[in-house]
Amino acid sequence: MKIIVCVKQVPDTNEVKIDPVKGTLIREGVPSILNPDDKNALEEALALKDKNPEVHVTVVTMGPPQADEMLRECLAMGADEAILLSDRAFAGADTWATSNTLAAAVRKIGHYDIIFAGRQAIDGDTAQVGPQLAERLGIPQVTYVQQFEIQGEDILVQRALEDGYELIKVKAPVLLTAIKELNHPRYMSVGGIYDAFREKEVKVWTLADLDVQKQEVGLDASPTQVKRSFTPEPKGKGIMLKGSTKEMVEQLVGSLKQKHVI
Amino acid sequence: MAIIVLEDKCIGCKLCLKACPFDAIDMVEKKAVINDKCVACGACIDACKFDAILREEGEGSEKDLSAYKNVWVFVEQRENKIMPVAIELLGEGKRLAKEIGVELCAVVLGENISDLAKECIAYGADKVYLAQHSLLKNFTTDGYTKVISEMIQAEKPEIVLLGATHIGRDLAPRIAARVDTGLTADCTKLEIDPEDKKLLQTRPAFGGNIMATIVCTKHRPQMATVRPGVMDKAVADGKRSGKIIDVAVNLDKEDIRTQVIKTVKADKAVVALEEAEVIVAGGRGLGKAEGFQLIQQLADRLGGVVGASRATVDAGWISHDHQVGQTGKTVKPRIYVACGISGAIQHMAGMQGADVIIAINKNPDAPIFSIADYGIVGDLYEVIPALIDALDRVDDIVKAMKEVAATTQL
Amino acid sequence: MNFTLSKEQEMVRKMVREFTLREVAGIAAEIDETERFPKENVEKMGRYGMMGMIVPKVYGGAEADEVAYAITVEELSRACGTTGVICSAHTSLACWPILKYGTEEQKQKFLIPLAKGEKIGAFGLTEPNAGTDAAGQQTTAVAEGEEWVLNGTKIFITNGGEADTYVIFAMTDKSKGVKGISAFIVEKGTPGFSIGKKEKKMGIRGSATTELIFENCRIPKENLLGQAGKGFGIAMGTLDGGRIGIAAQALGIAQGALDETIKYIQQREQFGRPIGKFQALQFEIADMETRVNAARWLVYNAAWRKSKGLSYGKEAAMAKLFASETAMYVTTKAVQLHGGYGYTQDYPVERMMRDAKITEIYEGTSEVQRMVISAATIK
Repeated sequence: MKIIVCVKQVPDTNEVKIDPVKGTLIREGVPSILNPDDKNALEEALALKDKNPEVHVTVVTMGPPQADEMLRECLAMGADEAILLSDRAFAGADTWATSNTLAAAVRKIGHYDIIFAGRQAIDGDTAQVGPQLAERLGIPQVTYVQQFEIQGEDILVQRALEDGYELIKVKAPVLLTAIKELNHPRYMSVGGIYDAFREKEVKVWTLADLDVQKQEVGLDASPTQVKRSFTPEPKGKGIMLKGSTKEMVEQLVGSLKQKHVI
Repeated sequence: MAIIVLEDKCIGCKLCLKACPFDAIDMVEKKAVINDKCVACGACIDACKFDAILREEGEGSEKDLSAYKNVWVFVEQRENKIMPVAIELLGEGKRLAKEIGVELCAVVLGENISDLAKECIAYGADKVYLAQHSLLKNFTTDGYTKVISEMIQAEKPEIVLLGATHIGRDLAPRIAARVDTGLTADCTKLEIDPEDKKLLQTRPAFGGNIMATIVCTKHRPQMATVRPGVMDKAVADGKRSGKIIDVAVNLDKEDIRTQVIKTVKADKAVVALEEAEVIVAGGRGLGKAEGFQLIQQLADRLGGVVGASRATVDAGWISHDHQVGQTGKTVKPRIYVACGISGAIQHMAGMQGADVIIAINKNPDAPIFSIADYGIVGDLYEVIPALIDALDRVDDIVKAMKEVAATTQL
Repeated sequence: MNFTLSKEQEMVRKMVREFTLREVAGIAAEIDETERFPKENVEKMGRYGMMGMIVPKVYGGAEADEVAYAITVEELSRACGTTGVICSAHTSLACWPILKYGTEEQKQKFLIPLAKGEKIGAFGLTEPNAGTDAAGQQTTAVAEGEEWVLNGTKIFITNGGEADTYVIFAMTDKSKGVKGISAFIVEKGTPGFSIGKKEKKMGIRGSATTELIFENCRIPKENLLGQAGKGFGIAMGTLDGGRIGIAAQALGIAQGALDETIKYIQQREQFGRPIGKFQALQFEIADMETRVNAARWLVYNAAWRKSKGLSYGKEAAMAKLFASETAMYVTTKAVQLHGGYGYTQDYPVERMMRDAKITEIYEGTSEVQRMVISAATIK
C-alpha cells in the first residue's frame, strides 16, 4: 500500500507576539514547526506502516528550501521518502495554486492508495488545500477525520461534526484530512534522526520536474490576492476597577446592572 | 501581482523588514530583496517611506466577468433545520446585495424541505434555489459539490457565501476548485469596494495575529466561507415575498463515492458557545482542572456557558469544544468574563467581538486588560466567589450606589 | 575550530526536549515525592532510541555520537535529574563496557536488548569498604568448573533492582591487588543474586539506588567481561566515560534551574515591578548563565573527544568537576532568587538543588576528579 502525506512547515503561531508599542508582529525567535494537524496525518500513515511493513509512506511539501529540515523530521519519525516542491515560481500561491502544484507532484509520484493531509495549517487556517487537491485528482475526500480503520476493501472513518460525528465508508484512492483527535503523534527517534540524514534523502522537485505550466502555479495563478494586511486593533481601554475585592466586584455588578447588561 | 523593490530607490532602512508579517524580505547588500515567502500582502508597500516597493500588476487572461450577477447564500440545513450561520449569512448577504444593487438568492439542498424556502424568504432572500432529491437528504461532498457547481455554472452568481462549518469548509473548497475560482476561508468581515463593487473579504491569518483583506479580481464567483457567530442574524419577516425555483437535480447514486453509515450525536451536552449570551472563560491562571468548577459556578449564576483558553485545553483540563479563539470558536456574547486568561492574541481574536468584556487576572500587565471594558486585578479564587456574592446582592448594591450618587450631588 | 552542533545533534536536542516537556516534566515532582522509578518513561525512551544512543545499529542501537548522548542526558535532566541518571548509568556504565570489552556472543546476548531499551543496565563497583578506593574490592569470584561463584556485597548501585543486566566487579585473585580484579555480567534472577536495601536519598529520589548481594551466586564462565585480572582497567575506563554522562546530567539540572529562575524573576513583582528589573538580580543571572555555558562546552568537548577517538579522561574529569559544581552553584542561587517560594515544593528549584548535590559525589567525587585532573596535568 502506498500512502502520500501532505505536510507544511509553519511558524509556531503560538509563539508570535505583538510589539505592544508599534503593534507589529515580533517574528524573532518564532520557530518553524511541522504543522500540528499534518503531524496527526503522518502519524496515521506511520501507524499503518507499523502494522504492515509493506506500507510505503511518502511525505510531500511545497515550500522554501528551509522546509528540508521539517521533511527530515518526518523521515526521522519513520516516513520512507520525502519530496520538497521548491521553486521561485511556486511562491505566493493561494490554495488554488498550491493544490495545483501538489496535484502535479502526486501525479508524478504515480500510484497511491491514500493521501493523508492535515485539516488545516495554523498559519493560514484555511482547510482548503486538502479538498482542492482531491478535486484536482478526481478522488473522494473525507475531512475532519477523527478515527480511521481499514476493513478489507473498505476504509471506515469517523468524520467529526460540531455536535458528534458521521461514520463514513469509502474506497481507495481517497484523500483524508486529519484532526488532532485522530491520534497521538509519535516523537522522532534517535536512530530515525541519524537515518534521516545518513540514509534517506529529500528529493527536490522544481517546476521543470512537474507536468504543470508556470502560469498554473504560484502567485500569478492564484485567483485570490491579499489586498491589504493589518494588525487587529484592540478595543479602547476600559476601566480598571480599584479598591478591595469587595469594592471592585460591587462597582462591577452595580455598573452592569445600571447599564442593563445584567 | 508580484511585489518588486526598486533598487535605486531603496536605501536599506529595513522598515519593510519590520513590517512584513511573513519574514519575506531579506537584506542583500543593503537593499531589500523579496524572498519566496512573499504572499504579496502589500504590508511593505505601506511601510516604505521612499516609494521603493511596488506591486507589479500581472497580465493574465481576462475573463468576462460581467455575466456574473447576484449574491448567493448556501443555506445549510441539518435534519431539515436551518443552521444559525445561514441566517447570519442571509442578513449579511442582503446587505451586500443591496450595496451592489442585485438580488439575494438562497441555495437550499435536501429532501422535503419546501418549508425552508419560505423561511429563507422571510430572512431576506429574493430568490430561493431549491434542490430536492433523496440523495441530497444528508450532506455528502460529492453530491452537494456536483449540484451546486452545476447551478453556479448555469446561473453565474457574482458572490457565493457559505458558513464555515464542518460542512461548509468541506464543500466550499471543492466547489471553488471545480468552478475554477478563488475562495477565502473563515471571513470575519465582508465589504463591497465602493470603487469597483468587488467583494473585500477580511479574515484573520497567522493565528489571528494579523488580519488580511482578500480580493478575487479575475475569477467569478467570489467565494467565501464565513465564521459562525460573527455576522448579525437576519430578522425574519413573514410578510416578505420571493421566488422559489425548483432546481432539476441531476444526480446518480454512482456520483457519490462516500457512504454515510450513520450519524452519531455526541453524548455530552453541546456547548453552544457561538450562541451563548454569556460566556465565563477560564485560562492558565486557574492553575488546575478543578478551577473550572468555579468557572462553572459563575457561569451558572449568570446563565451562561463555560469557555476556555487554548492553554487549558492543551493541558487537558477541559475539552476542545469549550475553546474560544483562533483555533477554537469565535464568540460574540453580550458578556464575556475572562478569568485567569492573559490574553494571547489568538484568544482575543475569538472573543473581542463580545459586547462587554470583563477580565480578572493577577497580572496588571496582562494583555487582556487592553481590550477589557472592566478589569479586576486580583486572584480569581477570591474575586469570583466575591462576584457571585455581589450578584446575589445586586439590588442592594445599586440602591447604595444611587444613594451615594445622590449624596455627592448634594 | 567549529562550535556548531551537527544537524543530527540539533535535531536530537529538539526531539529530547519535546519528549521531556511532554512526558518527563509532568511527573518529575511526583516521582521525587514518592521515590518511584519512572518505568513507563524508561520504556518510551527505549522505543525512541534514547537507551541505545552510543550503540551501533548492528547491536540494536541508534548509533548516535557521544555529543548527541550528552545532549540527551542534558535535556532529560533539565526537567528531571532522576530520568537523566537512569539514562546515563544505563548507557555509560552498562552498554558501553559491554560494547567495548564484550565478546560477540556477549554483545548479541546482552547488548542488543539493552540498546533497544528492552532491558535496563547497571554497574556494580562500589562496596561498603571500597568507594573512592575502588581497588579495595572484597567481593570475590572463584572459578568452579564451567562457572564463576560470586560472593560479596555492592552498595549505592544506580538502577539497582530495576536493572536486568549488571556489570559487576570482583576479586578473582586477591594476591595480585588491582590486577586481580575482573568484570562480569550478571543477570537479574540468577540464583544467589539478590537486591538488598534501597537507599532513601536526598535527591534523584525516583532513581533506584540499592545494595546488591551475592551469596554463592553462580554465573556461566562466558559471563566474564574482558580478560580475567583486567577488571580495574575496565572499571576506570568505564567511569571516564560515565563522567561525561554525569557532567551532562549536572549541566541539565543547572540549565533547568536557570530556566525556572529567569521565568520566575520576570513574573514575581516586588516594590511595584518584576524583580528581574533589579540589576542585582540581573547580575546573578549573568553569573549563572556564564557558568552554565562554560560547563556546557567542557561537557561537549569531552564528549567530542571521546567520539573522535582522542584521549578524554582528563577532559571528562574537568567537565564533571565543573558541571557538578556549577549545578550546585546555580541551583543554590535559583532557590535564593525564588525567596521563600524557592524553599517550597511549589517550585521545582528545591528539587533541583537536592538533585544537584549527588553530581558532586557519584562516579567519582569532586576530590577524585581533582586527583585525576592534577595527575594528568602535573607530569
